[in-house]
Amino acid sequence: MKIKLLKYLGYLILVIFAITFIYPFLWMISATLKPEIEIQYPNLIPSEFSLKSYYNVFMKIPIGRAFFNSVFVSGSVTALVLVFSSMVGYALAQLKFRGRELLFSIMLLTMMIPFQVTLIPMYVLMVKFGWVNTYMALIFPAMISVFGIFLLRQYFKAFPKALIEVARLDGCSELYIVFKLVWPNSIPALVTVGIITFMNSWNDVLWPIIVIRKQELMTMPQMVTLFATGGQADAQMGTILAAATLLAIPVVVLYLIFQRQFIESMASSGIKG
Amino acid sequence: MITREEKFGWVLASPYIIYFIIISAFPIIFSLILVFMRWNMLSSMQFIGLQNFFTLFQDPLFWKALMNTFTFLIIHIPLQICLALLISALLNSPDLIWKSFFRSTFFMPVVISGVVVTLLWKQLYSTETGLLNNILLGMNLEKIPWLTSTKIAMPAIAIMATWKNLGLYIVILLAGLQNIPRSLYEAADIDGASRIQQFFHITIPMVNPTLITVIVLSTIGGFSLFIEPYIMTGGGPLNSTLSTNLYIYQQAFSFYKMGYAATLGFMMAFVIFLVVMLQRKYIEREI
Repeated sequence: MKIKLLKYLGYLILVIFAITFIYPFLWMISATLKPEIEIQYPNLIPSEFSLKSYYNVFMKIPIGRAFFNSVFVSGSVTALVLVFSSMVGYALAQLKFRGRELLFSIMLLTMMIPFQVTLIPMYVLMVKFGWVNTYMALIFPAMISVFGIFLLRQYFKAFPKALIEVARLDGCSELYIVFKLVWPNSIPALVTVGIITFMNSWNDVLWPIIVIRKQELMTMPQMVTLFATGGQADAQMGTILAAATLLAIPVVVLYLIFQRQFIESMASSGIKG
Repeated sequence: MITREEKFGWVLASPYIIYFIIISAFPIIFSLILVFMRWNMLSSMQFIGLQNFFTLFQDPLFWKALMNTFTFLIIHIPLQICLALLISALLNSPDLIWKSFFRSTFFMPVVISGVVVTLLWKQLYSTETGLLNNILLGMNLEKIPWLTSTKIAMPAIAIMATWKNLGLYIVILLAGLQNIPRSLYEAADIDGASRIQQFFHITIPMVNPTLITVIVLSTIGGFSLFIEPYIMTGGGPLNSTLSTNLYIYQQAFSFYKMGYAATLGFMMAFVIFLVVMLQRKYIEREI
């Protein structure tokens, strides 16, 4: 009896929490379809539907361009991180060379340096390279991920050495071995690194705010932030929330498709990072 | 003689080596130099010795920002740990239905951009037209000046951050909980220990290593608080939500005090290091 009561109490707590997590998102979507005056009320079904908020967003800012920029930047960063992390991870896992352990220790050390230390010099570097207001400023600093190297190194270590030896005897180059032999057998690890890299890159906003000033080069989070805080939205809540909804949609769609991978990737990154 | 493996080891590792020189080594050394300089990026650098540190120690806004960040952490971390423990323990019950639905729901805000979450909560918190205050009014309670009171604004941001990150810590703790052997609970059942007793005497001690990970992760995350106050309050009212990162950002990119901003960055790296060390020492001894 007591156990049963405890169980119902558990469900009650979970359901209440689930509502506090789902309801705000539903309310946000509904707010973008409501008349402005109705936004402050908790009802989810608008008294009259209107797409005016979305229309306002598309009229006032080049959000389509920002979407393209975000896809281009996050896509390039993810592809580069996967390629480079695989190369370095493979070298650390399967090749014996002098300085390997030193390299590994250096990586561990750099992971512990907070970004507050490197932020200012990185900006100066971008200025000196002439990369401020270019895609390079967004892509270059993000194209190596020490987390990605660690995770792939761990995964590649389990790859049978004998297979690599056979491939070498057949005259395969090391690059061929990494991308044609090891890669097809490492899909789960690659998906993990890919998802985390893409998500972090898509959601990053501090760095873009620093290095990008031209509106046509802004990624979505930056453009939406400046739109909401810069007065361009005329304090119209529906319009601001419509911009926020548009920013959320791509990641939410990916999340709904790859839920399990997202959750497992993040959980493992938390434990290892 | 250089073997084939030796050669290819360096070739394949070279992207990292190049990256390390440009993105890690150079910035750290440059930052160390900047600490002793006055520089606005337009005129040439001027050596000023330890002046930046003297300025820092006498800068009331820096200490204010540091205190604000600590206020944020002191509310955010315990709240987050308690809720994450409670929910992950509930999710770990063997006969729970809808488990993956609950897990996915709590995880949702983790994947969504902080910009979206902050814009959403800014509206929820709005004093006059906000949803929360309208609900409070509906229950015949008084309005709360969530973001306009110097006392409540930072706690309000801490609550929002907890809502945003909770799912991640639930999932990490859940992984830790699943590693606890069921036999421990079965033995406790036989000995007649209640569920609550089991939670405090088996679950908590067994999940302790994961708990430390979670505390350290959320501390480091908490110290990078930036976009939430940037969007919600701009650091106000009266600098009550000015976080250290927002302050560094302002010094560097509004006032172009690059030397001073670099000094602040180093100071924060030192503070983070110190706090994490203390946490590890204290928590590992306590439990």
